[in-house]
Amino acid sequence: MASAGTFPTAPGKRMTTGEGGTAVALGLLALLSIIIASGAHTAAYAFHAYLFAAASVAGVFAVINRYYERPAELPPQEIAGKPNYNFGPVKFAVTASMLWGIAGFLIGCIIAFQLAYPVVNLDIAQIAFGRLRPLHTSAVIFAFGGNVLIASSFYVVQRTCRARLAGDVAPWFVVLGYNFFIVVAGTGYLLGITQGKEYAEPEWYADLFLTVVWVAYLLVFLGTIWKRKEPHIFVANWFYLAFIVTIAMLHIVNNAAIPVSIFSPKSYIVWAGVQDAMVQWWYGHNAVGFFLTAGFLAIMYYFIPKRAERPVYSYRLSIIHFWALIFLYIWAGPHHLHYTALPDWAQTLGMVFSIMLWMPSWGGMINGLLTLQGAWDKLRTDPVLRLMVVSLAFYGMSTFEGPMMSIKAVNGLSHYTDWTIGHVHSGALGWVAYVSFGAIYCLVPWLWNRERLYSLRLVSWHFWVSTLGIVLYISAMWVAGIMQGLMWRAYNALGFLEYSFIESIDATHPLYVIRALGGVLFLLGSLIMAFNLYMTVRSPSTAAEPRAAGALVPAE
Amino acid sequence: MAHPNANPVDAATGVPTTAHEWDGIRELNNPLPRWWLNVFYVTIVWALLYAIAYPAIPLIHSATGGLFGWNTRSAVERDLAALSQQRGARLDVLKSASLEEIAGNPTMLTFARAAGKAAFADNCAACHGVGAGGAKGYPNLNDDDWLWGGTLAEVQQTIQYGIRSGHDQARAGAMPAFVRDGILKRDEAVVLADYVRSIAGLPVEPKADLKRGETLFAANCAACHGDKGAGNKEMGAPNLTDGIWLYGSEKAAVVETLTNGRGGVMPAWTGRLDEATIKALTVYVHTLGGGTK
Repeated sequence: MASAGTFPTAPGKRMTTGEGGTAVALGLLALLSIIIASGAHTAAYAFHAYLFAAASVAGVFAVINRYYERPAELPPQEIAGKPNYNFGPVKFAVTASMLWGIAGFLIGCIIAFQLAYPVVNLDIAQIAFGRLRPLHTSAVIFAFGGNVLIASSFYVVQRTCRARLAGDVAPWFVVLGYNFFIVVAGTGYLLGITQGKEYAEPEWYADLFLTVVWVAYLLVFLGTIWKRKEPHIFVANWFYLAFIVTIAMLHIVNNAAIPVSIFSPKSYIVWAGVQDAMVQWWYGHNAVGFFLTAGFLAIMYYFIPKRAERPVYSYRLSIIHFWALIFLYIWAGPHHLHYTALPDWAQTLGMVFSIMLWMPSWGGMINGLLTLQGAWDKLRTDPVLRLMVVSLAFYGMSTFEGPMMSIKAVNGLSHYTDWTIGHVHSGALGWVAYVSFGAIYCLVPWLWNRERLYSLRLVSWHFWVSTLGIVLYISAMWVAGIMQGLMWRAYNALGFLEYSFIESIDATHPLYVIRALGGVLFLLGSLIMAFNLYMTVRSPSTAAEPRAAGALVPAE
Repeated sequence: MAHPNANPVDAATGVPTTAHEWDGIRELNNPLPRWWLNVFYVTIVWALLYAIAYPAIPLIHSATGGLFGWNTRSAVERDLAALSQQRGARLDVLKSASLEEIAGNPTMLTFARAAGKAAFADNCAACHGVGAGGAKGYPNLNDDDWLWGGTLAEVQQTIQYGIRSGHDQARAGAMPAFVRDGILKRDEAVVLADYVRSIAGLPVEPKADLKRGETLFAANCAACHGDKGAGNKEMGAPNLTDGIWLYGSEKAAVVETLTNGRGGVMPAWTGRLDEATIKALTVYVHTLGGGTK
């Protein structure tokens, strides 16, 4: 198949193994999908099978079409001694991240209002809280965050290795395949397909597909590092690699399941009882540790020094906190299961590893903030840098709060309350989203060859509107959580519970309204950002090089 | 690498770099911040000490128990023991005393009401509301309108065995589905609805045939609800004249009641709640405002 001698195209033009292999594999997947669709046990599963078939056929068409369109020679690794970077997949992932982000923030606002006003569920199963909630978490973590990670990792690994992205079809397969997985996962939630594991809701077939995509991602990343022109591997790439490798391991172990039938979306997890709970939270906690922390620290390690035009503060700190972080994080999961059927010894270990995690987490914050030494004045004039610096402040705050909440005495108050939701969002909105916004604000002018962003004033507006939103959100949830925890444990003088559960919900209502309004402000900020980016891309191309260091300074 | 042979010094801070450079990014050769390292060490030492003090190290069949012998199971047992000590002997008194004795003794009444309030919030509030104000289909327990009687003994029996709960001793009897089962015609139900609303003092349409309604009522309803519609607690038949409506007073709601009947369920709590708690609940509900002698 790889040989293309019979194709009536330019002489010497050959179909690569990548093109041929991808076309054959997708062709077989299309065939298999149609067979599954014909015998699917449920309509929703048949819909997914047709979706797979349609996407596979489109993939085959795209590969073959590209083969006919392209010149005989593949794009060169270098042009005139300079690396010929492959930014197409990066541009796609940046665009996708912005669209998914807005969708995810919007769904977050809807479910926030559903909690404050249950009537917003509208008695429609497909949009009830139970289905929209995983749609929100997956959209913001995996669709928005995932695309930011893929885009930035593909960009950073090329620039810091001075090498074109490994693979020809593979980077596109990673980007498109990952986004197709998100479509399957999201539509599945709305149709009621879920395996009921938090942050790992997609069923077995979506999980299998993601595994293939993720292995391709790992190979593209490793391949690029392998052919690097720099003697050393830049710190951001260590973090990216830790993120990719660990997520692969977590995903496979937590989703080890046996399908009822190939014609059924339903599967059963091989783990049982408290072991299943332990594996689930080993996964869940390290999704935070390696997806939302290690991955975004990688972004921080490239974009903050780049934007501030300052050296990374300490090479030694970056090494020590990297290894300490990845060694300690992986054991901290049991703190999600304090005071449960999980044996005491495992709870203790989960807690002490979380405490030891405090300084390794802060190492990233210190290294990022002190990188600003000698460039603090830029915070006055560059709102993009301000976004990223504030993200580090939120990172520091939530990585202090996390170990604190893992202490059993604190957890006894905070667990199952909205404090947890507040904690998660100070990390998710303040850290993950802000450092992502900063990176995207940097990337768009660089990728689209624009000298600067359309408007720094709008970036400032985005910053202030969304910061106000975050403050409203997390302070409302702190108050709500601590109030709930205290109400649930309040006994009267005679030794009976002071409050019923529903009284605590009633008392939380105003805070739920404030939280929803905070979410709306955050969404508003992201719309300002999308407009700014759209106008940036629409503005005339000014940069000669596919690169400008920052919006305020000329190219290096 | 920009400077392969020397470690250049960063001009702004005077700190040497590591001489590496990636895409224009360099790294300073700063040492680890001392306070950072010290706090890290402290957390590690603390973790070790904590792991010695508490259950931590898995062995083949069990795990180390720690220096204090602390574990979650015994902690819960201690908490429960402290709670029952706080509740004290009063709980035992609740078991042995009669409902009248409890209601008559201010100290025991206060205790029983506290216990009853907590039990109500956990078990009853989901249907009857936190303040026992009820909702459509779920009676208001604050008023003195009782379907099955409002004395202490009657309330206790309702809580113990429930209403149409499936328990042998449950209170039975339900509003039949007159129209659905073909006992009444649809237009007769409409006429009856007008009549029932009229005896409750509600306005009816001028063309309503109250005379025919009265005849239909006597033939079909009076057996349970009484000749004047004043209800019968023996059968759980509501008083239709007092302006209190479990399923709504609108004409459509009354027609619906006549058409498909009504038969809400109250669960039996015996076996789920202990005797003392049921007694406490009885006294609590009785004192909400509507208890009768």
